[in-house]
Amino acid sequence: MGIEKQDTGLKITKEEVEYVAHLARLDFSEAEKSKFTSQLNDILMYVEKLNQVDTTNVEPMSHAIALQNVFRDDSVHDSLSHDLSLSNAPEARGPFFRVPKVIE
Amino acid sequence: MPYEPVIGLEVHAQLLTETKIFCSCSTQFGAEPNSHTCPVCMGMPGVLPVLNRKVVEYTMKMALATHCRINEACNFARKNYFYPDLPKGYQISQYAQPLSEHGYVDIELDGGKKRIGITRIHMEEDAGKLLHDEHLPSSYVDLNRTGVPLIEIVSEPDMRSTDEAVAYLKRLHEILVYLEICDGNMEEGSFRCDANVSLRPRGEMMFGTRTELKNMNSFRNVQRALDYEIKRQQYILESGQDVIQETRLWDDSKGETQSMRGKEEAHDYRYFPDPDLVPIVIDNAWTEEMKKSLPELPLEKRERFIRDYQIPPYDAGVLTSSRALAGYFEEVARLSGKPKIASNWVMGDVLRFLNEEKRDIKECPVLPGSLAEMIQLIEDGTISGKMAKDIIVEMYRTGKSPQAVIEEKGMIQITDEGTLEKTVAEVIAANPTQLAQYRGGKEKLFGYFVGQVMKATQGKANPQLINELLKEMLAKE
Amino acid sequence: MELHQLTIHELQKLIRSQGIASSDIVKSVFSRIDAVEGNVHAYITLMKEYAFAEAAKADKDVKEGILKPLTGIPIALKDILCTKGFLTTCGSHILHNYVPPYDATVVQKLREAGAVFTGKTNMDEFAMGSSTETSYFGITRNPWDLERIPGGSSGGSAAAVAADECIASIGSDTGGSIRQPAALCGVVGMKPTYGRVSRFGLIAFASSLDQIGPFTKDVEDCAIMMNAIAGYDPRESTSVPLNVPDYTEFISRGIGGWKVGIPKEYFIEGIHPDIEKAMQRAITTVEGLGATCVEISLPHTEYCLAVYYIIAPAEASSNLARYDGVKYGFRPQGSIDLLDMYKKTRSAGFGAEVKRRIMIGTYALSSGYYDAYYKKASQVRALIKRDFTEAFTLCDAILTPTSPTPAFKIGEKMDDPLQMYLSDIFTISTNLAGIPGISVPCGFTKDGLPIGAQFLAGHFEEGKLIQIASAFEKYANIEKRRPAL
Repeated sequence: MGIEKQDTGLKITKEEVEYVAHLARLDFSEAEKSKFTSQLNDILMYVEKLNQVDTTNVEPMSHAIALQNVFRDDSVHDSLSHDLSLSNAPEARGPFFRVPKVIE
Repeated sequence: MPYEPVIGLEVHAQLLTETKIFCSCSTQFGAEPNSHTCPVCMGMPGVLPVLNRKVVEYTMKMALATHCRINEACNFARKNYFYPDLPKGYQISQYAQPLSEHGYVDIELDGGKKRIGITRIHMEEDAGKLLHDEHLPSSYVDLNRTGVPLIEIVSEPDMRSTDEAVAYLKRLHEILVYLEICDGNMEEGSFRCDANVSLRPRGEMMFGTRTELKNMNSFRNVQRALDYEIKRQQYILESGQDVIQETRLWDDSKGETQSMRGKEEAHDYRYFPDPDLVPIVIDNAWTEEMKKSLPELPLEKRERFIRDYQIPPYDAGVLTSSRALAGYFEEVARLSGKPKIASNWVMGDVLRFLNEEKRDIKECPVLPGSLAEMIQLIEDGTISGKMAKDIIVEMYRTGKSPQAVIEEKGMIQITDEGTLEKTVAEVIAANPTQLAQYRGGKEKLFGYFVGQVMKATQGKANPQLINELLKEMLAKE
Repeated sequence: MELHQLTIHELQKLIRSQGIASSDIVKSVFSRIDAVEGNVHAYITLMKEYAFAEAAKADKDVKEGILKPLTGIPIALKDILCTKGFLTTCGSHILHNYVPPYDATVVQKLREAGAVFTGKTNMDEFAMGSSTETSYFGITRNPWDLERIPGGSSGGSAAAVAADECIASIGSDTGGSIRQPAALCGVVGMKPTYGRVSRFGLIAFASSLDQIGPFTKDVEDCAIMMNAIAGYDPRESTSVPLNVPDYTEFISRGIGGWKVGIPKEYFIEGIHPDIEKAMQRAITTVEGLGATCVEISLPHTEYCLAVYYIIAPAEASSNLARYDGVKYGFRPQGSIDLLDMYKKTRSAGFGAEVKRRIMIGTYALSSGYYDAYYKKASQVRALIKRDFTEAFTLCDAILTPTSPTPAFKIGEKMDDPLQMYLSDIFTISTNLAGIPGISVPCGFTKDGLPIGAQFLAGHFEEGKLIQIASAFEKYANIEKRRPAL
């Protein structure tokens, strides 16, 4: 047990943090950015240890329990009432959700 | 330098299921906004998807109809990106393991046949719809379409002209509609197409830089957009510049493709297998079952029509353009026993009436049995072909059988020799001048006499009998 | 004894013998809540009015002879479970005003079993945390020591049971979020096999790891709760269509002749000395029950945390993309355009830990890194699962500590995410392998903080866990203490 923190080089740079933040639609202050860069580096350093494991010919596991072919029948059930669909909307306009204009 | 276009198409077809791909909401088009929605398709916190079995089966049908290999196992992946019409922030699609791959369709061109490769066919969910306010800085989200099942059909970059691309697109469209898995309505977006286009010097093996064209919602627009884009790229290359790899939107009103310049993001979709859905394993038995359920496909049907009914390729093409029309024709052919004649009536009058009113063959008031009966009546001489032309108008107008129309209008053909002989004699007697000229060698006047007899009988006389009688009686001194 | 101090099975007897009404129990529970909630803060939302109305219905049912498995029993729900018409926040600002239009399957099942809901309990934001300190709605305190955390992420549910603010509660466990707080609060907590209890209506953190389970005052109550919530759900594709046994039948069966595996990788330096001692006693107890303890090896144990901290954030980064300010939840005013609205909503709506995990997950899935991180982690995960499959050929169940340390001080680990993540070092492997686990009280530290022992079994062997845990509970004869509140 215990976490070996190696400080050999950066796994993730501030620029990468900015790119990833944009992908995730998050905004950070400069202070947050440097804090995150350092914390993410620690975590990524830590997970580096996975490279010690030989995974040749190991199928990646995406489910804890192997099931297959789970289907439902093609029959219509009631949709949500219109009011309920929009009841949590931060901003509704008539029967729609309103968002700032999307420029195409 | 002569350039050669290289075109690949991505087609999205909405499947004709009753319910959405991962929930039990209706897929019906045109409902009140946000009324065909539930927690699942709205991406509410805590919901989970369960796959509609029909979606898999419909996709298998398309895969089989386009000679694709159906993968033994496939799964769903999440394609992650933010957009207001995508309520979960990811689209459930197939990525590394699609349902089917490596297929083809044959297209017919003036110069013969060409085979277009299909890279893959996979299942995915549709996104919702955005409406943009013309006056306010607002867009409005309607999630009714969210989760409607789609298949994406990706072609190889095998097409070398706009005509080939359009022919391929029409072939896919025809197959989808034939399989009754897509309504093919391009205006409502049930059948959509994006194109990848590049140019290269003829003879060159490497592909040039491509652009991706979007927003072409009719065959005509695909044609126009591709023609435009090919010319645009040719101009760029000829003036020594480089084509920029980008997405371009077709602007129908301006008739040009426009760059999305900068509005487009560098895509990093972060695909990974969807942990909420389990793999789909398709065994031989299931594939065989689907194979058996496939209808005869348009190309096979066309060839059979030409071979078995001895009708020209063009006619066979028209008659097999939809499964319903082909079925209609085959029913008339079978009941009448006269396929070629049946083909003429269906191609001619029936389709003309329907086209004039933009009606579908399924709504045709003239039932196949009635049309076959009419053909029989012509064959046995009860009515003339000329009379039939009038009768079928009535049949179409009223939906009545030919017998009923004939009885109502008193249109029985005069085939009684005695009655007709009398009329012929009267006609000859009433036209002494023409008779003299005819006998003097002006044989063209024979037609005049036929016309006069027809007129006297209101078109009901059997034309063959008139000919015989006239020939005989005009010759008599 | 006050009514709120009793167990489900004790209260059931009282209700059945007509002596006690559900309304009395609910009244007792709410008077306890009034007395201690100010200190503990186990709840985000109380459902007092609703609870009394439901209790009245239960009383009517009892009079008419209708007795369901949980008739009239006050149960608390972690605020990660969707409740139709009741605020469901997931501990987050971004859902601070969200009222679901539907019930989670588990909520439905509990309703059908006659349960009366007392409220929605506090939790780490989106279940991301081991201390219930990341909640937007403030921290929950450990009833055994108000200076300390109750564990997490289901800290509110654990504390509510420990403080008698409900009779039993529901939590969710993605990497230990039921078992670790159960251990730290001195109650019983079970994480069932993945697919055993429906996830429909459980707000997703990491879909391939999340599982719902109960917190109870003893093992028999755990069996009763499992009977109510387990079972196949056609609304979930990963729900397993297997019959569910009556778990109460596993109580008092004994474990004579069992082999209990002691994984050597779980008994290493760094464990709190009092916990180590308690574990030694636990081994003796198990052997005293006629079982044999055998050393086993789970060779990939040291990689569990690394695997978990790729897979869970990766899935979370995608699961949490839906919180975009369009359909529900928080959206700040004054966005200049769509991108600005997204960023403002998510940056102000999520707390630091959630953002940190979204960042790790987004990075691990991003172009060029997928194979190195997500795929690699999924492969090692397969090896971890294989370790357990092989281990269970050698033993009937596995015994480990639940947590390496007892409840730590509030604020102690907030600035060191990796240290915080280590709290789950003994519980994470269970979620990765999809097997069930239970934490049962096994004593106290010198400072009087509860310690938990964890039992693990093979897929769908929750019955075995009830069997060994109930035997252990009886024989270990752990001193009956109550937190001094």
